[in-house]
Formats: sequence, structure tokens, C-alpha cells
Amino acid sequence: MNMLQYFKSKQTADLDEGRRFFLKATGGVTAGLVLGITVPGISSVKAAENASFTPFIRIAPDNTVTVIIKHLDKGQGTFSGLATLVADELDANWADVQGEYAPADAKLYNNLFFGEMQATGGSTGIANSFMQYRTAGAAAKSMLISAAAKKWNVAPSDVTIDKGVITSKSGKSGKFGEFVALASTLPVPEKPVLKSAEEFKLIGNPAHRRLDSAAKTTGQMNFTQDVQLPGMLVAVVARSPCFGATVKSFDSSAAMKVTGVTNVVQIPQGVAVVAKGTWAALKGREALEIDWDRSKAEVRSTSDLLAEYRELSDKPGLSATKANDIEGALSSADKIIEATYEFPYLAHAPMEPINAIADLKPGKSLDVWTGSQMQTVDQFVAASVSGLPTDRVKIHTKFAGGSFGRRANPTSDMVNEAVNVAVALKGKAPIKLVWSREDDIQGGYYRPMYVHKLKAGLDDKGNIVAWHHRIVGQSIVQGTSFEAFMVKDGIDATSVEGAVELPYAVGEHQLELHTVKVGVPVLWWRSVGSTHTAYVIETMMDRLAKAAGQDPVAFRLAKMKNSPREAAVLKLAAEKANWGNTKLSENVHRGVAVHKSFGSYVAQIADVRLNADGTMKVENVVCAIDCGIAVTPDQVAAQIEGGIGYGLGAVMRNKITLNEGEVEQSQFFDYEPLRMSDMPHVETHIVASSAAPSGVGEPGTPVIAPAVANAIFDGTGREIDSLPFSQHGLV
Amino acid sequence: MSITLKVNGETKTLDADPEMPLLWALRDELNLTGTKFGCGVALCGACTVHVDGAAVRSCQTFLGDVEGASITTIEGFESKEAKALRQAWVELDVPQCGYCQSGQIMQAADLLTSTPKPSDQDINEAMDGNACRCASYQRIRAGIHRAAEILEV
Repeated sequence: MNMLQYFKSKQTADLDEGRRFFLKATGGVTAGLVLGITVPGISSVKAAENASFTPFIRIAPDNTVTVIIKHLDKGQGTFSGLATLVADELDANWADVQGEYAPADAKLYNNLFFGEMQATGGSTGIANSFMQYRTAGAAAKSMLISAAAKKWNVAPSDVTIDKGVITSKSGKSGKFGEFVALASTLPVPEKPVLKSAEEFKLIGNPAHRRLDSAAKTTGQMNFTQDVQLPGMLVAVVARSPCFGATVKSFDSSAAMKVTGVTNVVQIPQGVAVVAKGTWAALKGREALEIDWDRSKAEVRSTSDLLAEYRELSDKPGLSATKANDIEGALSSADKIIEATYEFPYLAHAPMEPINAIADLKPGKSLDVWTGSQMQTVDQFVAASVSGLPTDRVKIHTKFAGGSFGRRANPTSDMVNEAVNVAVALKGKAPIKLVWSREDDIQGGYYRPMYVHKLKAGLDDKGNIVAWHHRIVGQSIVQGTSFEAFMVKDGIDATSVEGAVELPYAVGEHQLELHTVKVGVPVLWWRSVGSTHTAYVIETMMDRLAKAAGQDPVAFRLAKMKNSPREAAVLKLAAEKANWGNTKLSENVHRGVAVHKSFGSYVAQIADVRLNADGTMKVENVVCAIDCGIAVTPDQVAAQIEGGIGYGLGAVMRNKITLNEGEVEQSQFFDYEPLRMSDMPHVETHIVASSAAPSGVGEPGTPVIAPAVANAIFDGTGREIDSLPFSQHGLV
Repeated sequence: MSITLKVNGETKTLDADPEMPLLWALRDELNLTGTKFGCGVALCGACTVHVDGAAVRSCQTFLGDVEGASITTIEGFESKEAKALRQAWVELDVPQCGYCQSGQIMQAADLLTSTPKPSDQDINEAMDGNACRCASYQRIRAGIHRAAEILEV
């Protein structure tokens, strides 16, 4: 979700200043140095109180540096990334650094790009925190140096820190722990001096590694699914067979007979079966009998929706970008290329099925454990459902086994369900709400289905003179708390994301949107609008290049005069892949695509083997990315590899379809993830940059589908206008 | 019904239904949560454990069928292959979210035991049933090759 743009007006700090938050030091309970953040606008007394309870960095007498992590890590590496920002400025010993998730506190731990909201999304984790976490680290370093100087009776300028060791010119040395008590009594520097790029030791270092890998190889990493609380019960929910149906009546007698089942209760989302273990809960649910009222449910089929979307795509929509005279420009064109594209609903299907834990003490408190991608929203929803004030609701953020956007739900559906069950049981036990894989695939909150119609005109010199693009689909944010920020003049920014600002000179540009209402819950899915807009734009570019008789890379570059960063990644990828000069093996074809999303620029060149039996294999992908300063280059590469794999699996064979409102897929056999043997070799090249960091988690995803489609087009002339590829016999 | 299991070298007695999948016994009864629930139907491999030394999907292995068998989960997995794989995984920062990695390591160890120097094709065949939604496959592959190298020394 590109909330970066949408929330810009609500920013409380910007990157250039980055220091409009204040640090406050205090001696911690163990007499360590605790640096807390305070926010402008809170009275100084209150700020000091807040600071003492809401640390940002804790340095303990045993030298451990604990960095408080305000963002969720769902695999993208932000947990380690934020710790890296502090550790580098502090010159800490990386082996002594650890992270700890922050509590929910929108004033102190907000995403600086999102206003007063603690949330992880839009690939902004590192980008919004870059100056904030570095400043905190630099302040701590300055205080430790002052403390050591004082103790040794030398000038602070004679004291240095390297890998957690403080040294003076006079030959004295010690570790952080010795000085934290004294440091915590010193004033916090208002504007600590930050390192210049040349002074970074961890930031930008290709050998720098994550904090959490070891725990993920021993079974020690504790996800929401793994939390065990004394007396805890497990809940599964029988949800409506089609979206919007409600429970007319149910018979719980057989379910209650299943050994281990303790309760069967109705909640707004359906009927919950609560049991002493997961297996009993699942078995109990199978024994439930529910009569559903479908009178208000969405009961259309995918074919009905497609027919409606296609019809709309022939009619003018609301303007997102208005041309002066699109019809005139098209009629002046020498050649017109036109296509209608269809994109299916997609499930996120993270490896860890959806879950949340609620421990309610009625009238007193509520503790929630979840891979919380939006702590502020989760806390608000938990408070609303439980009837408790938000300050009685504690959110314990857990590492998430993937999300891809699924855990950033404006409705906090998983927390909502868990708390509803806890309320229905009057807090008799902590409740672990578990979704099965079937629940996940069939449970909605999909990437919306879209139809695009694009008509582009070329003049006789190969210039694009007209670009008329129409998008039909559901709004992701309509009806949610995000609507006020993200829908303007009827245009949901997430529907047209990636199609508004084109990297190419296209002459007259008109972009229109039809927002349709369908009763299927939809949500942002890794790279959001770009998941479909990049495919349309980039496959069209190859068709235009072919019509103009030009090479796809040269054709693009000729139109990128005002897009130097896109042009640079395209050139870099082309150079690294030896574009135009590589002898490919028989049946291997090559395609290119370039796209900017979440502030980062990505070009990919895919080599695709098309076998005579209809099977395909993406063998190799060369990727160039410009994401500003790459804080952890190896993790940038990891996200590119993963982003490509995530996008590729979907484009190869994933779709969610409806039959009279019922989802037709249910498991990994009919919504099959990318497998080891499908994974191409990915080579990542990062553009050296001194620009502020931009997104990394999402920008790799939207580029792979058009790159592969362009390879197929290059090899066979086939234009694949509806996804996934598997419905065209390519598997 | 009382069922006795040998898990990570320790004898455990459970009062459980013999039809209960081993996965839920490990996770909910024995608090061995390193073995993950991903799909419940043996299509993702997140729940892979070793039964008498061979990799199996614990979500489709029933308690009644493993009575008396020797079960190893990621928590108690200390073979030389396990150590080499862990070292490689950390060296290469293989995991992203990490949720599938217990199963990946249990499966990869099974491969290395039978095929100490696996080819890419061997890896595809052995690992195709272990899904990773983060698509960390390139590094899992590299990690297996690296572990093979570590074991050779």
C-alpha cells in the first residue's frame, strides 16, 4: 500500500529534518541507559514520563544494546534493519545488539510517513525510520563518549567507539556497560552528529547479516501460532460459504460431543468452536450444522463479474488523469494497439495461517498477541469489540510468518474475531483464534479482480502520441477508515497506482477508473496497484515496440528522457544481462520490464524456456534496483529474490474464482504456491546511491509478470491478456 | 487412550485419540511448536519431522501409527547434517519470515543423508513439497549446497 503518498500531508517528521522528535534519557530499572523518544506537543513533564516507559534504545550494564522495533517483521528484515541503523551510529558490537517489539503507541512509535498511526506497510519501514533510528543511535553514542570522557578525565574528542569498545587516546578502554549509569544522567544532545556515508560500517555492508536467522533454524522463533498461555483454548470459526451470508440457525449438539470441545458460540463472523486443542476445534467445526441466510450475500460468479467489468471498460469512467483531447490524439496516430486485460482475485496465503490471541479480563484489561502490521488499528478494533478503553488494550507484536499485506487489514479481522470469541466466553480463558489453510484461501481480503482496457497510438516515427487507459475494479479502501486519506474525487489511489505517472513520454495521457461494488472483501497484496498496472503498461510497451519495429529496451529508453532513475536501472539490467548480445539456447526467450513503486525503481530481464509440451520455466532473472541507500544490501537482494518468486507464482497459476458466490479454490492443490523447481536464478544489482532509502519489500514483485509475458511474446508472438498463464496452457 | 511416544530421545505418554495427527500432539500437547502448521494436508511441508530417521509430514501422520517410533523435531535435531544446515542457513541468511524453515531443514537433512552431494535436480526433487511463500528458494538451494560442502570437510 502506498500510504507514503497518501499520508504525506499528515507527516509529523520528514526525512530531511528527521529530528523533530526528541530524545530523553533515563536510568532504567537495571541502572542502564534508556533513551526514550518524546514527541513535540506533549508537555515536558508528560514527555519525560512517557520517555521513561517507552524506550527507544536500552543499553544494559552487561553491554547488551536493545533496540525497540516499531515495525512488524514478516520476513522483510525490518527488525534487523532498524537495529542496524542504531548499531551503526552507535558503533555497537553487532553481536551485543538485540531487538524488541514496541508496544502499541501511535504517538511515539508511529510510522513517520503515516501521521499518528503505528503501522508497517507501503514498503516504508526503513525509509521512514532512517533518520529517526540513526539519530537515536548517534545520541546514545555521544552520551557514552561524554560519560567515558568524564570518568577518565579526558576531552570527549579524545574518545572513540569501535565495535562496542570505548577507547581514549590515553590508552584507556572499556565497554558500554561500565558507562551507562553515568551516561543516563547526562543531557541528551539535541542534534547529535550523524555519520557521513563513508563512515558507515554496517549500513551498506554486503557482509552484514540479520539478527533473527539463527532462531529460525532451531524452532525457537515464536510466532503467534506458537504462543501458549496457561488454560488457553483454541477457536476456529465456521464462516459463511459466500461473502455476506449470515447465520440463520445452527445445531451445535454434534460439535459439543467432540472430545475437547468446550464451547460453541455465535459471533458476528459466524459460529466459533472452542476447544482444548486445535485438532479438537477443527473436528468440532466439521460436526457443526449451520443454516445460512444468503439473502444479502454476494452470489455472483466470476463470469458474471467479468461480463460486467468488460462492459464497463467500454464506457468512460472517472478521470484520474485527463488528456486535452485523447480522441483527437488517437485519430492522428499512425498505428493503434489495443488490448483488454483481465486480472483475477488473489489470496495472500502467507505460510503462517491467520491467527490472533485474546486474553480478556472483562471490564479490566485485554491482551492481544498477533503479527500486528497496524498496531494502532488492531488496538482500536480490540478496544471497540471488548468495550474497553484503548489504554487497557495491550498489543504484543509477534514475528509474522509472512503477510504480503494480509495482516494490514483496516478491519483487523483476525483480532476482531479473537476478541469476539473472548467476549462471548466472558474471558473465561485466553483464546487462540486459528484459521485453517482452507479458511485462508476462501476467506476473502483478496487482491481485487480488475479489467483494464488500454489503447495506445504510435506515430510513424515510433513515438507514442496517445495513451488511453481504463481500469475497472473494486476499491480497496472504500468503506474503511482509510477512505478519507486515500480516495480523492472518487478515485481510490490504490486502484490506479502505478498508472498515473508513467516513466515514458506518451503524448496525450488519459486514465479513467470505474469503481465497482462487489461483496468480496479485498485488500492490498504485495505491491498493491502495481500488481496489475505494471503488467498492462509494460506488456503494451513491448507490443508498441514491435509495431514500431524497435528493440524493446531501445524503444523504452527513447521515451525516458524525463525519467533518469528508471532509465538508469533499465540500462544497468540490460548491461548486466548483456541484452541484445546474448545467444540464448533454443526455446529460451527473453523479456524486459521496468517499473517504479514505493519510491524505488526496478528493471528485470527474464529468460524463459518454453518447452514443446506447453511447460515453461523462468530460468534466470537479472534485476537492477535503485532504492536509494541500501541499508542492508544482502536483504535488498533477498527481497528482490522473494518478491520475484511471490509475483511469479501468482502469475503462473494462481486465481481465486467464484461460483454463485462460493470460492472455488480451497488449498495449496488448487492455489498452488511457487515451488523450488519453479524458482529462477535471480541476480540482483543495486544502484549505488546517496538518496534517502525507499521501498524494498514490494518493488520487485510487479515487474516479473510483464518481464515473463514479454519473453513469451518475444518468443511466440502470443499476447497473454488474462492471468494466470496456466489458463492459456502454459504451466 | 494412552499413547507412548519417543520424542527427541524422551519418552512421552499422552492421553489422546490415536487418530490425532502427530502435528497437533507435538504442538498443542508437548509444546514443541518449532514444527509448524501450514496446510494440514501434506502440501506444504512446514510440519516435516523425522520418524525413525526419515522425513514425514506430521500433519498426515497419526498418533496411532507412530507409537513406539523415534520422532525427532527441529528442537531436538542435532545430527551433523542439522548442524551443517543451520550453519549454512545463518551464513547465507536463508530465512525471511522463517515459518517454513524448520520443515525445510528437516527435509534438506533427509536429502543430505541419502545424497551427500546433491545436484540442483536432486534438490528440486527432494524439496518441491516444501513451500516457502517468501520464496527463499534460491537461498535454500544455496544453503543445501553450502551444507554439503561443510559436511565434506
